[in-house]
Amino acid sequence: MKVRSSVFASFILIFEVIGVALFLRGFFPVPVKSSFSSKSKLSDQPAEPLTGGSHNSSRPPQPLFKRVVLMLVDALREDFVFGPNGRKYMPYTRHLVERGSTHSFVAKARAPTVTMPRIKALTTGSIPGFIDVVMNLNSPALLEDNLIWQAKTAGKRIVFYGDDTWVRLFPKHFMEYDGTTSFFVSDYTEVDNNVTRHLDSTLKRDDWDILILHYLGLDHIGHVSGPYSSPIQPKLLEMDDILKKIHGSLISKEAEGSLPYLLVLCGDHGMSETGSHGGSSEPEVNTPLVLLSPAFRRKVGMEQPGVVEQVDLTPTLALGLGLPISQNSVGRVIPGVLEESPLRDQLRFLHLNGHQLSCLLRDSIPEHEKVSGFEQFRVAEKSHGSWVKLYLEGNTSEVLTNMGKKVLKQYLEALAAMSSALSKQLGKYDMYSMIAGMVFVFQVSRLLVVLLLAMPEALSGAAEVDLPVLPALLSLPFYLLCLLLASVHVLVCTSAESSCYFCSLSWGLVFAAVAFSSAMFCILVSMATRRLPLGPKIPGKSPSRSSGSEWALSELDVLLLAGTAGHTFSLAASSFVEEEHQTWYFLLNTLCLAVFQDVCRKYFRERSTSGDEEEHLLPSKDCHPSVHPQAEVCSERWLALATPPLTLACCRLLRSLNQTGVQWAHLPDMGHWLNSSEHKMVLSLLAALSLTLIYFLIQRRCSWVSKIALALGLLGVYSYRAAVGNVLFPWQHAGRNVSKGTVEARFVYVFVLGILFTGTKDLLRSQIITADARLKSRGLWEIYSGLVLLVSLLFRAHNLPVLCCCLLIQTLMAQFIWKKLHYDAAQTTIMHYWFGQAFFYFQGNSNNIGTVDISVGFVGLESYVEAPAIFLTALSTYAGPLLWACHLICYLSSETDRSPVAVGHGCYCLALLRSVPAAAYIVLVTVLRYHLFIWSVFSPKLLYESMHTLLTAGVCLFFSTMEQSHSSSKS
Amino acid sequence: MWDHEIKAMASSHALIASSLFLATVVPAVLVQGFSVYGTHLLWLYSVSGTVSLVNISVFWLLGVSPPTKKHSLGYKLSRLFRSCIYFLLSCLFYHTVVVLYGAPLIESALETFSLAVLLTSLTTLRCLCVLGPNVQAWIRVFSRHGAMSVWDTSLQITVACTVVGAWVGAFPIPLDWDRPWQVWPVSCSLGSVIGFLTGLVAAPAWIHYHRKQLTYKCK
Repeated sequence: MKVRSSVFASFILIFEVIGVALFLRGFFPVPVKSSFSSKSKLSDQPAEPLTGGSHNSSRPPQPLFKRVVLMLVDALREDFVFGPNGRKYMPYTRHLVERGSTHSFVAKARAPTVTMPRIKALTTGSIPGFIDVVMNLNSPALLEDNLIWQAKTAGKRIVFYGDDTWVRLFPKHFMEYDGTTSFFVSDYTEVDNNVTRHLDSTLKRDDWDILILHYLGLDHIGHVSGPYSSPIQPKLLEMDDILKKIHGSLISKEAEGSLPYLLVLCGDHGMSETGSHGGSSEPEVNTPLVLLSPAFRRKVGMEQPGVVEQVDLTPTLALGLGLPISQNSVGRVIPGVLEESPLRDQLRFLHLNGHQLSCLLRDSIPEHEKVSGFEQFRVAEKSHGSWVKLYLEGNTSEVLTNMGKKVLKQYLEALAAMSSALSKQLGKYDMYSMIAGMVFVFQVSRLLVVLLLAMPEALSGAAEVDLPVLPALLSLPFYLLCLLLASVHVLVCTSAESSCYFCSLSWGLVFAAVAFSSAMFCILVSMATRRLPLGPKIPGKSPSRSSGSEWALSELDVLLLAGTAGHTFSLAASSFVEEEHQTWYFLLNTLCLAVFQDVCRKYFRERSTSGDEEEHLLPSKDCHPSVHPQAEVCSERWLALATPPLTLACCRLLRSLNQTGVQWAHLPDMGHWLNSSEHKMVLSLLAALSLTLIYFLIQRRCSWVSKIALALGLLGVYSYRAAVGNVLFPWQHAGRNVSKGTVEARFVYVFVLGILFTGTKDLLRSQIITADARLKSRGLWEIYSGLVLLVSLLFRAHNLPVLCCCLLIQTLMAQFIWKKLHYDAAQTTIMHYWFGQAFFYFQGNSNNIGTVDISVGFVGLESYVEAPAIFLTALSTYAGPLLWACHLICYLSSETDRSPVAVGHGCYCLALLRSVPAAAYIVLVTVLRYHLFIWSVFSPKLLYESMHTLLTAGVCLFFSTMEQSHSSSKS
Repeated sequence: MWDHEIKAMASSHALIASSLFLATVVPAVLVQGFSVYGTHLLWLYSVSGTVSLVNISVFWLLGVSPPTKKHSLGYKLSRLFRSCIYFLLSCLFYHTVVVLYGAPLIESALETFSLAVLLTSLTTLRCLCVLGPNVQAWIRVFSRHGAMSVWDTSLQITVACTVVGAWVGAFPIPLDWDRPWQVWPVSCSLGSVIGFLTGLVAAPAWIHYHRKQLTYKCK
């Protein structure tokens, strides 16, 4: 089966997008949420169940504790307290664990074992995933229902000392606080002294109910020197002393008759054998949890600590303080804590917890009826009701106690089942879907590469790909592979109890995917065997410009290939992902210098020597029908020579316009300077100048209707900016109020639509009626200029120079470099891609979700409407790559007289350039899924990559339709 | 005749390389508190000064530079003057390129310029020594298949190695390791010096192994 390479490439990209989507679905588990902003209220609590009774008190039982001290030691490992060295490290704590009135547990933390998600887990009781981070984009504060908010609403006074993450998560929640930054990892005394110095005075006072201490020193020691180093012991002894001090003070404050205190010692996560954390190895996950209260029974000896989930602390604390359990909590109350209270209260506590869990279950799992715990809870609730009825009737017999014990057991079982059903959904990678997506993506991108290696004709001559589809479909390995994959699928989906997205898809879809991927594998293998014997002659995957005989790579080719490969490899380092703009700026600069060298070589060699081989390779004026006069040639040469330096200068200016990334993002940039109110005049002039330049650069290839529309549209853009208050009108009154600029923006939209319409009309006409290449290139250019107009509306005023420079570079490069130096389609495509990437960062984007400009979604809209808002935001974010890709289409299709298959080649290269890094990155993310920075650095980048792949797939489709029309117009 | 030239080149390169080591070691012994990272600019100047001196003297003694037709003092002086001008221009050129690559424009201008001086003394000065202040010859040598003698080839190799070394040296700057050698311009200057040393070693070796294939056109 013969397929044109552009069609093939766009299909491959579409399949890749599907694979990426599957991978994303597996990578980001859907959060278990009732809702984001609602909070549970005391009044919403269910009444105590009572059979027969119509109304019963919904009053919660008495709180168990008056005061709570939560001492959180960062990176406290379980064996620091309970292990064989525990007696040496923390003697007082160990003594309490063995002899005091305590409960001790090993609390399991969930991955990612990083402080911020752990604090969220401890306070909300839910298991935060990456989606949470995306959902509350702009606010660092925790908006979900949480323990701290509940305590504050209930009028508890909270004091906090320690890591300032808490202060950022809970602004205005604490009566008194002192945040310490964990900035200098090498400092491990000062961070803790900053916490402890407040302790004496606070413990003396009586005006607080909850005291939270977060000690960072231990974590810092772990990072610097590991868990077995010498500073560990003194630090743990220090922590032990602090615990002793708090405990002593609490005992001395203890008054007869009032409620007891509760002292909690816990860690947010452990540390690995090397001292770091973030992954899910045993020592990172296991943290100690010691609860100290005179209300508990005194221990008589060391017992093996029980295992609980870290989130179980949340409902326990909430019930202990008489607060409603936060809505999204998946934890279950620790039964040991309730032990000493009367049976009725115990049952009541368990009922409250069970009710909250069943509500969450109902909201988050569609088939919640199937979860065994849900039904168990209903049963337990019923028997609880009859128990209460008997109890209220004054029955005090042995039967009642036994029955109560039975209800208690039922409740505990139901809680355990519901909690595990909920947490199974969370905080865990859906590995099967991830692997399925990865295999999919990897296979299609490998298909592209193998195709290139095995079939140089994909990029030469016919631009057609010969796919052995039919023989592959009829071969035995295909059926075997289908059978194998299908059986693997059935095996995985039936054996594992884990809920997996790929399994929940319908069987027909899954079988289609299986058949497709095995067919692809067969095609790949058959092509590789057929072609690879010829392959080794070809060094590298280069689409070299010297056609056929000679495969020598020029310096430029080497640079382009090495840069693309190097960029792909650089994504493995978190710093290079954070600072990816530096990579692209660096590569782009080098590219410009290499082009400069090429230009110099061409023009200087031409002058100094003659009859060189370069002359044969680059017939300089063959394609021009008329011989230019000498002066014009001369000026053209100087312009060509000036283009790369000018491009370099433009890039340097744009680079200082927006500082992005992480390390140097705080440095002052031109954008801030321009946006400050005293430089409004400069900004207005700059915007006006840029808009004028944009007009002159874009209008030369438009029809006169579009010219007028463009001019009016650009005027509209300026007046929109003036209406929003970014720039000044020359005739503007000083006290003009700022509006939303809806009218002006819609005015521009009308012209954008008009220009796009004329462009499309021209394109269709050229395709159907006249088959005129000139008309077609004009239509393409008009569509391009409509896009530019739209982007200029969406870009902020200080970013208009970016657009202007983009057009300037495109014009100059197309005029003097790409055409004159006879770069082939592949080279031009790679250059366009690099420029597009660099412009993505020039306009102020980064690989951080925070830099997406959401306000763009409101341009010209009265209120938030989802579809246009998302479209506009995506368009303005990816404006750079998109504009360069569109320019590539315009350029290549105007060059058809030189190489008729250029568009197909360009499309193929673009697909290759996008799919290979995306596939490599997906494999990387899978490998690094327990990396410390997976949520903060790698996941946002993954979202950016997949979005970019989706856009490129769209562009490639456009490419292939363009080529279609071209070939049809030729025939 | 070729073996003789390669030997001369190897020994002169060994001399230059050893002078580089001396420029690092001797100040470390003599000057209090001297270190490559700590007092980087000092090290940089010491290296570039030594390399320039040794380069000039070696090539003057070897007499590689093209024989001049005139021997008048005025002509020699004008050549010297033009060489100085070229040296300065090349410093400015490197400075511009480095700024275009993203070095801060004003903030650490001294560091950037020092790097430019180092690069100039490692590359341009050698060109000046071998080819003289003659732009046509430079263009010839640095265009494809332009080398006309062993010295031209060695010049190509060392210059390319130095520039590539400085280029590669910029890679680790964005990494967040907080190491002393990541400070601007330490990694780049170290990279260029290492690249230069590699070039010094590689040039005679490469010429030695390719001496059969190398054929030089006569002028």
